[in-house]
Amino acid sequence: MKASPDAAIGIWTLRWRRFRTHRTGMASLFILSALVLFVLAAFPMQYVLGIDPDVTDLFARFDPPEPGHPLGMDEAGRDVLIRLMIGGQISLLVGLLATLVGGAIGVAVGVIAGYFGGKIDGVLMRVTDGMIALPLLPLLIVLGAIDLTKLGFGQDFARSGAAGFWRIVVIISIVDWTAIARLVRAATMQIRERDYVRAARASGGRAGYMMATHILPNIATPIIVSFTLTVGRVILFESVLSFLGFGVVPPTPSWGNMLNNAQELVATAPALAVYPGLLIFVTVIAVNFLGDGLQHAFDPRSERTK
Amino acid sequence: MGRFILRRSLQAFLVLLVMSFVIYTLIGLMPGDPLDVMIASNPGATPEVVARLRAIYGLDQPLMLRYAHWLWAAVQGDLGFSRTHSQPVLEVLAPALWTTCKLMLISFVISVILSLVLGIAAALKPGGLVDGFVSLFAFAGISVPVFWLALMMILVFAVKLHWLPASGISNIGDGSFMDHARHLIMPVATLALANTGGFTRFVRASMIETLRMDHVRTARAKGNSEGRVVLVHALRNAMIPVVTVMALSFGTLFSGALLTETMFAQPGMGKMIYDSILSNDFNLALSGLLFATLVTLASNLLADLAYSWLDPRITL
Repeated sequence: MKASPDAAIGIWTLRWRRFRTHRTGMASLFILSALVLFVLAAFPMQYVLGIDPDVTDLFARFDPPEPGHPLGMDEAGRDVLIRLMIGGQISLLVGLLATLVGGAIGVAVGVIAGYFGGKIDGVLMRVTDGMIALPLLPLLIVLGAIDLTKLGFGQDFARSGAAGFWRIVVIISIVDWTAIARLVRAATMQIRERDYVRAARASGGRAGYMMATHILPNIATPIIVSFTLTVGRVILFESVLSFLGFGVVPPTPSWGNMLNNAQELVATAPALAVYPGLLIFVTVIAVNFLGDGLQHAFDPRSERTK
Repeated sequence: MGRFILRRSLQAFLVLLVMSFVIYTLIGLMPGDPLDVMIASNPGATPEVVARLRAIYGLDQPLMLRYAHWLWAAVQGDLGFSRTHSQPVLEVLAPALWTTCKLMLISFVISVILSLVLGIAAALKPGGLVDGFVSLFAFAGISVPVFWLALMMILVFAVKLHWLPASGISNIGDGSFMDHARHLIMPVATLALANTGGFTRFVRASMIETLRMDHVRTARAKGNSEGRVVLVHALRNAMIPVVTVMALSFGTLFSGALLTETMFAQPGMGKMIYDSILSNDFNLALSGLLFATLVTLASNLLADLAYSWLDPRITL
């Protein structure tokens, strides 16, 4: 039987229909998909065309665009396009990973504080408020400057590219979880008082089960929106830290550290200063508009659409 | 009211104390130690001499004890010596603080005015053309990397157009007001643009919500002009959450100032903290960070007070 227009539709169908009417949200979805394809194109370029992102050629410094190197060469004679692609992989990956880790911390803190209330809530929220009050960037710089060997890591690991990558994921996640924690706490406190939750508690549901089965699935939508917005913020943090020299360390490129020398280069090779920053800007603005679109789609008060 | 201020001040003090320990520990984990310059500049130093130096400076003591010593001295106003500036930390801090305050205050005022104008204009007709442009501008503001915005400003206005100086606070030999002002334009514009985005979104959202309220409809029904309804009846209520958000944004503003100062070579707190971390100037980094935390906490306290002053429904 063919469904009539009035037939009941699933919540996700409804949300997708609402999202489709959100023009900037849809545009962002396309732009982000294109960006993902762009950074993934590094693999065929590396392995099929054989362009190496790390090989320097001092005779090719600042070479203008030419066949085979459509964006020219950078200050060390490396192909700019492939470095933009791989740098993008790193920046996006840091954005996603730090959001997941930091978000998990935030969700845990928020749900525990909201569910138990009382003293636990008081302590957790004081910590959260204290975190929010701090000037984050100086703190991140100190965390980024820490000598890993003093924490007991081996010399080899501390100097490796992997250490630089994981360090930035970790430090951003331990700093940027407060917004999600507060949001989740507020949502949890609302859900906690619903009758079905009380019923489940009365029939003996334990705290962990209650949170996982009855609370979290019902506050999933604000969490999704908040995670999206966090990705944008994390990408900005990553770019700043890598730019200042405390994040992803060269030769591994990231959009942030590709701008390391940009201040000196801005007079001689402005294009090198424009591309990475422009990609960060476009990515973050698209992520933020996507979050806006999701909020619109998930909000039951948004007007019904055909 | 008095009790509230007391309680919040106590809380802020506690946060500051905890942070001082955290930052002290973190600074100790940075590469190198306070003696390495001394040792490097003195090739004849034997391990025994080094050990004695460590003992003299108390570096062989456990962390808690060193922290207690530092705290006791700091409370008495002795923040130690900056090894890159060869001056007491306080004497380096004070002028830097003035530079930062100037930059932050001017940018803050510009952001507030700009966001009020844009936010109100957008809220008058949500979904309209003006709203569309304002939203785009606001999203651009929260999404742009501040250091890259600074870089693009330098590229356009200093390198290409030669209109403005790219760095510093004045030309050598020219200390006139106009010269200082010209050096401030780009840093202030960068910081203000980066902040206006977030503020504008809050003003817009709060204004839209307020304009739907009953008291606004009543004000219209009584025959007030639209301008009076919006600017007097609605704005005051809409400002309540906005003021809090603006005052709470001090930490973000400071992070932005750090970047702006670094990019435009302004000798302020932010650049000082950054440079001191790069050059392992432990005392200066520690004091600078703590000072930034202190000022942020103080501004948050002010936000709470402003909130209760604006909204008589709230009794503290």
